[in-house]
Amino acid sequence: MKLSDEEKAMRDGRDGAAVAKAMDLLIRYGNALGAEDFVETRNVCGTVTATTPFMRDFALKQGGLDAVFSEFNLDSAEVVPVPKVRAFSSHLQLGFDPHHPVEMGLSPQIVEFYRKSEASAARMGVQILNTCTPYQVGNVPTRGEHCAWMESSAVIYINSVLGARTNAEGRESTSAAMLTCRIPNWGYHLDAARLGTHGVQLDIAVESVEDWGLLGYWVGGWVQDRVPVISGVGAVPNLPRLKHFGAAASSSGGVEMYHLVGVTPEASTETQAFGANKPVETRHYGARERRETYERINAMAHDRQVDYVMLGCPHYTIEQIWEAAQLLEGRKVHESCALWIFTPRAIKSLADRNGYTAIIEAAGAKLMTDSCSAMSRAVPPGTRVVALDSAKQAHYLPAILGVQAWFGTTVQCVDAACTGRWHG
Amino acid sequence: MVPGVAEGEALVTNEPISGWGGVDPRTGTIIETRHELRGQSFAGKVLVFPGAKGSSGWSAQFHVARVMGTAPAAWLFNVMSTKVALGTVVSHAPAMTDFDRDPLEIIRSGDWVRVDADAGIVTITRKDS
Repeated sequence: MKLSDEEKAMRDGRDGAAVAKAMDLLIRYGNALGAEDFVETRNVCGTVTATTPFMRDFALKQGGLDAVFSEFNLDSAEVVPVPKVRAFSSHLQLGFDPHHPVEMGLSPQIVEFYRKSEASAARMGVQILNTCTPYQVGNVPTRGEHCAWMESSAVIYINSVLGARTNAEGRESTSAAMLTCRIPNWGYHLDAARLGTHGVQLDIAVESVEDWGLLGYWVGGWVQDRVPVISGVGAVPNLPRLKHFGAAASSSGGVEMYHLVGVTPEASTETQAFGANKPVETRHYGARERRETYERINAMAHDRQVDYVMLGCPHYTIEQIWEAAQLLEGRKVHESCALWIFTPRAIKSLADRNGYTAIIEAAGAKLMTDSCSAMSRAVPPGTRVVALDSAKQAHYLPAILGVQAWFGTTVQCVDAACTGRWHG
Repeated sequence: MVPGVAEGEALVTNEPISGWGGVDPRTGTIIETRHELRGQSFAGKVLVFPGAKGSSGWSAQFHVARVMGTAPAAWLFNVMSTKVALGTVVSHAPAMTDFDRDPLEIIRSGDWVRVDADAGIVTITRKDS
């Protein structure tokens, strides 16, 4: 890779051992990609806290949180003192909600270890957003802003909806970027990679969150990690719709960038979206594709008695919490069922103030933060059948926990929670 | 693209490999429900596969596998991505891509494979020879 004088100085130790290790990792990574050079980034989202028992044991045996960070965040066998971050850095979701240790199955030791880890991250200057949706709690990259983010549902959102530029980074590359403000200039940082490759013509109206989730799941399953261009969008989708669309497409496939003609910023027209590319193929999405996708997502489910309903993948917006609270007000979660809703801490704070948390808890449901069932592997005891309004969670949870998953609308999910049965 | 020389028994698949939710780093096995290699271990093997898929936690899974001693001995794959680049780099095991012939058409599980990523040469000894 071609290195600037600044990059060479960081590599050669001018700014200390941790920065040198970070540059070393980024250079090895950039060379592996075949990147020509680095791009400067001042917006990084990653994971620097240590949450698992394995990491806790590693910390105890190898030299504390600095040892964990040196090995797992900087790929350094040598333990280096961890400095403050240089880039604006935000923390993504956790492997558990530390405020709900009983539901999450956490020992007091793990909760205590996490609190130390979180305090350490805060001292580094990492913003403790603890969500898969940093873009809804204050980190809103602008068009063309070079970022280094993890979390596939967040990457696809900022690339496609905001016109920002990031690849699907990992724990080590984002941590190194936090210390150096550098990331390989590859993939979606470059104009050519952002152009559309496959065309989708909508033959039916796509309006509800469920509609957008199903479309995303179908698109991702077809194009895998290429760049779809969707034409024929009617009603303009809002944040929750785009959030669910992207999360689905990045789960069934590995889509990191898409275009909605007339909606997203690099797709005023089909011509702009495709640029110099000729579409590899164009397919139509109609009633049959929607129904087949719906049946595919629901294929693992057969028992109508529902044990657990989870909402909030990706993390619910305040609008979605308001809607759920309206659906729940005056009702009770069935004694044979449970309802957990996940959202960022900052959004829960709003929900508390607006009285939605009180409504949700009065119904017997819980509003939780930082995580979700797939990340934490936590579900209520005895859960065999789950109901979800998220195609992403429906994609992962059966594989991770071996449960049956029903997918449908939020209304159907809340009904299932209150009746104990799936009526979809 | 990750330097070094290593050899081992080949484990070959035509299906991309998922990291988070797809492998168990404690045992070095593939756990993805519908994967053709489900239940098989890649620990110490030369993993031959099309590329990475799934969550951005891909590199972290194989990083933990290396620390736990269950990572592959070497990697041969076809499709470059940030996931597979970072994951192979932090595994410290030699990795190669961009071949003159498709390794998926030549190597079979059980073959003995020597990967010299420094010289850019893969040597295959057939299992039955």
